[in-house]
Amino acid sequence: MSTTTAAAPVRTQSAPAPKHPPGHEPVHNYLLEPGPSPDVRGLARVWPTVKAWVTTVDHKRIGVMYLFAVSFFFAVAGIAALLVRAELMNPGSDFLTADEYNRMFTLHGVMMVFLFIVPSIPGSLGNFVLPIMLGVKDVAFPKLNLASFYVFIAGASIAVYAILSGGIDTGWTFYTPYSDETNTAVLPMTMAVFVAGFASILTGINFIVTIHKMRAPGLTWNRLPLFIWALYAVSIVQVLATPVVGITMILLAMERLLNIGIFDPALGGDPVLFQHFFWFYSHPAVYIMILPAFGVISELMGTFSRQKVFGYRAIALSSVAIAMLGFLVWGHHMFVSGQSPLSSIVFSLITFLIGVPSGIKVLNWVWTMYRGSVWLTTPMLYALSFLFLFTIGGLTGIMVGTLAVDVHLHDTYFVVAHFHYVMMGGTVMAMIGGLFYWWPKMFGRMMSETWGRISAGVVFFGFNMTFFTQFILGSQGMPRRYFTYLPEYHDLHQVSTIGSWFLGLGLLLVLGNMIWSLFKGKPAPGNPWGAATLEWTHATSPPDHHNFHRTPLVTHGPYDYGVLFSGDGYSGDGAGGDGSGGDGSRGPAPIPNPELGAPQEMEKSIDLGLAQPKPSRD
Amino acid sequence: MEREGTFWLPPQSSTTAHEVDALFYFILVMSVIIQVGVTYYLVKFAWKYRRRSHADRPVDVHPSKWLEISWVVVPTLLVFVVFFWGFKAFVSAGIAPDNAYQIHVVGKKWLWEFEYPDGTTSVGDLYVPVGEPIELIMTSTDVLHSFYVPEFRVKHDAIPNRYTTIWFEVKEEGEYQVLCTEYCGTAHSEMYAKVHAVDRGTFNDWLRTGGGNDNLPLNQLGELLYTKQACNNCHSVDGSSGIGPSWQGLWQAARPGSDEGVADANYIRTSIVNPNAYIVEGYQGAMPAYPNLTDRELNGLVAYIRDINGAWTAADSAAANDSTVVPADTLDVPTPDGDAELAPAD
Amino acid sequence: MAVRPTTITVDDPHAGHAGGHHGDGAGRPPHLKHYFVSSEQQFDAAKLGMWLFLVTEILLFGGMFVAYGIYRSMYPELFSEASTQLDTVMGALNTIVLLGSSLTVAWSIRAIQMNNKKLCFWLLVTTIVLAGMFMVVKYFEYTHKFELGILPGQNMVYAEGTTFTLPGLGDGNIASGVGNADGADPGGAEANNAGAHAAEGTSLHDLAEAGVSTRADLHAEGAEHGYVPGEHGLTNQRAGLFFSIYYVMTGIHGLHVLIGMVAIGILAVKTWRGKYSDAWYTPVENVGLYWHVVDVIWIFLFPLMYLI
Repeated sequence: MSTTTAAAPVRTQSAPAPKHPPGHEPVHNYLLEPGPSPDVRGLARVWPTVKAWVTTVDHKRIGVMYLFAVSFFFAVAGIAALLVRAELMNPGSDFLTADEYNRMFTLHGVMMVFLFIVPSIPGSLGNFVLPIMLGVKDVAFPKLNLASFYVFIAGASIAVYAILSGGIDTGWTFYTPYSDETNTAVLPMTMAVFVAGFASILTGINFIVTIHKMRAPGLTWNRLPLFIWALYAVSIVQVLATPVVGITMILLAMERLLNIGIFDPALGGDPVLFQHFFWFYSHPAVYIMILPAFGVISELMGTFSRQKVFGYRAIALSSVAIAMLGFLVWGHHMFVSGQSPLSSIVFSLITFLIGVPSGIKVLNWVWTMYRGSVWLTTPMLYALSFLFLFTIGGLTGIMVGTLAVDVHLHDTYFVVAHFHYVMMGGTVMAMIGGLFYWWPKMFGRMMSETWGRISAGVVFFGFNMTFFTQFILGSQGMPRRYFTYLPEYHDLHQVSTIGSWFLGLGLLLVLGNMIWSLFKGKPAPGNPWGAATLEWTHATSPPDHHNFHRTPLVTHGPYDYGVLFSGDGYSGDGAGGDGSGGDGSRGPAPIPNPELGAPQEMEKSIDLGLAQPKPSRD
Repeated sequence: MEREGTFWLPPQSSTTAHEVDALFYFILVMSVIIQVGVTYYLVKFAWKYRRRSHADRPVDVHPSKWLEISWVVVPTLLVFVVFFWGFKAFVSAGIAPDNAYQIHVVGKKWLWEFEYPDGTTSVGDLYVPVGEPIELIMTSTDVLHSFYVPEFRVKHDAIPNRYTTIWFEVKEEGEYQVLCTEYCGTAHSEMYAKVHAVDRGTFNDWLRTGGGNDNLPLNQLGELLYTKQACNNCHSVDGSSGIGPSWQGLWQAARPGSDEGVADANYIRTSIVNPNAYIVEGYQGAMPAYPNLTDRELNGLVAYIRDINGAWTAADSAAANDSTVVPADTLDVPTPDGDAELAPAD
Repeated sequence: MAVRPTTITVDDPHAGHAGGHHGDGAGRPPHLKHYFVSSEQQFDAAKLGMWLFLVTEILLFGGMFVAYGIYRSMYPELFSEASTQLDTVMGALNTIVLLGSSLTVAWSIRAIQMNNKKLCFWLLVTTIVLAGMFMVVKYFEYTHKFELGILPGQNMVYAEGTTFTLPGLGDGNIASGVGNADGADPGGAEANNAGAHAAEGTSLHDLAEAGVSTRADLHAEGAEHGYVPGEHGLTNQRAGLFFSIYYVMTGIHGLHVLIGMVAIGILAVKTWRGKYSDAWYTPVENVGLYWHVVDVIWIFLFPLMYLI
């Protein structure tokens, strides 16, 4: 909490204009703490700020802390991926031994899955945006929200301990019996997954309750932004699936500690049961990974096409349908693992059924641009990249979901390429796009548009070069998790490795852009993109501690951009602004709509000394 | 190699491969059409309706029910076609013909062991008659493995304590690569084996001679087994340390805890049959058990170890050369029996 | 009941803000958090959150019930044989005790709704006492089994001279090499079954040795009460699997009982201090819900483990 004691002298702020009614004076935004008086020196100057951040229950600060945490793990796991690719440049050992290589790809997998991608969008963007989109001051259980972050950090710390104490070489799937007999740090790593799972559950519970019970007046289910719908679907999956991986990890730990034999064939246990347990969580988990990305893309396509998202209801309900069906397809990971052929057939059928709603979504997003006003900013470029890459990922999903074909493709690089197209070409692209989109809202600064567009191009090129080659490698029969390989695969591996350097470079550009914008970026106006959801129309950039001065009353849908334009038939400088480089002076200014009341930006100035641009009435 | 693969797929060397490939290409063509369509509209809309000025305004679009219905129905029909096709091919590739020739396969770290109906065993080389359906009955003794021959389009996990089967029929003679696709530890990527498809006559000859090595002197048999049984994956013969201790310097080395306190013939035989009887300081008991080796083969390995340590003489060779040729058995199919040969090593 | 505003406050100044604009927040009860509009909303949110949490609990146990079902269908005779080792009387006693505690906790919610704080307190204390009885009975059950050498999985102790002939795992399965009495098991790398006098094979399991020392302790302990480890009459070599499931399920359930005792203890202290009343009793209600779920899980565990 940002409670200030009466004794703490508050840093002088721009004097509030008398026009503010009592209780509506401008306050500092959520990022800033009232500083101590100038005569306080040294650590004591920093300490109150640090304390305020680590004990905060403000969903926005928690979101920002999540963002930094998952970015850190993304960087670590990304470096591991680059090392894995570099080792595969040539067959045989270049600079890693076989055992080190096995630990390296496991590190990459475990960190990317459990510490980055599962908490990534819900934890960072979701925590930040969801309450503001709903017109709420905070999530339903703010303390639980903070607990979720610390539980995540605890799990991550155990994972880091596991890696430092020798690493783990089972692959991220921990298949028994190998995970039961290897003498690497499986025990701490399973505990890390178990603990980090709780963070996921807490976030899910928080989101469901907030969406159900706390929406602003007028915000009906049919007016919910699609990002909220997606997070709602994700939260359902998090709550229902994560406990199963919890019990699975407990059983695996018991197996290693006490030889309880549940997965040990020597004692009558069944190693394939572990796979069922594991995928019962981990297949829904891939929907935990991709559904938030669907939500982000819906927002981006709507905002930057200035057009109602085509088939709003189909997209909203298909999110929930995918979440539900996602629980019934885990067996498609096990077509050649000794489950009965009948189960394989059923799982294959349901897998195809889940492909249909995903396809509908893609077509709806493409059609959203139809007769719109498409603004090709950086977030939009990432969204278009997403559509292209996710379509490839989805179509190859049909390929590996097909019974006979999967027998050939299972556990080859084709599968690796498929899920990287969905996870990285999907979720990571959407997350970067979403970051470019909400960055001004989060930090009050614009990112560099030019460098943003360049990074989008480099990432897109590098990604395809890295992973498209892996489709060919896989269908030619290159198995995954191989430290060395037969000479006929050499050329394609080299192409893939060189592609990974481009990909790394593109992601570095994104990182540099973010850091640059924090220090040098142009101050952001309240609604730089001219979007129509509450976080843009009713909150400043960055928002207040409590998001809103008054609870917003919602009177229109999330993509009714028309209401932002002045009511005289779309004339004048409405939701325009060039936005490139964040030219604050030309930022789009929402025209007050008598129904809405004046948007908040009009009536307050921000602590940074940024007056909101005056609306240019005709 | 006259076998020709394509850009996407390796050569079709089994009788069932073409079904898989046909389906693969069908989905590929459909996917390319859909992908090109999506990309075309993506680029077209993004360019055609791009924002040209601040005054640019979108046009209200009324959602078209027919459009939405069409892109629900068409993909659904397509995936059903694909599903049934895949289902058909899966069933035909999954059920072995009744007259299939059965070979037992055991996966262990990190080698494939094959046992023929007449008791002949081989490691790393699977000889099969060409043009006959072959059924492999697979299991594992330690962790999960997966038997994969890209050119046959067959794959299945080998699971401890369970039998799984695959079958294939090779179309032409040649050598085919076997890979392990279920992650199994250090040497997972080198768990190779070769399928040798030969004509029936050659195959029978090969079987009759017990894999063709019954007449070798013991030390040469041991040398052959050293690579055939994949001992070389873990044990060097030049003194360098691998996953297991090197054989160079092993003979008569001090081995505290064993019966004689040194590595003698008994010690070596015991260590092969039950590797965890003695674990050498500094190593983990990662070695699988080899209960299926014949006495002659065990003696061969002892002889080979003595040989590389300079403790093997021609006299020993002469004395030990008492090989008997195993008569070719009638090739009837044994049923899996429950002996302890496939005990999971932990 | 709670304060019920007649209208939705659309213009809601940030009560409880730094610097404190409590001008309009004066009418709010102290327990009402600033980001909620009304007590109803806060109560509904808390209750929905609790239900969701309980769903996760059900799924956690659901995984174990699935494992139970699968292994029961794989080895039906093992399950019927091994479950005779469980004392039905003890189990039934525990069931009654836990049902009683469910009654007292439900009654305590009723009491606090009627604003009867004293009654609520004593009912909560009764609940804790009953839960404690449950744990004591569990303790006796467990120690008795330990003395008999009934331990999970590989640690299971068999009577000396038990010959191990592991039947196949059904059709087309291979005998596995769990060690037999004289250790002559060339294939079984892990040829060390508890109680067998085989040389301890080196297993990669971290605590195999720990299991051995426990056995020695057990001998000493068992002797006191006149029990000999292994004298339980079980010869089925997979009995350890049944008891693994038994110990894991009842163990996790027992852990939940302990957590519930702590939570109810906190409630009791706060009730004693008068923190709860008919206007604010959400925590009592939520912990009550949790306690019912713990009870319901036991209701399923008892017949599955003890009766069939």
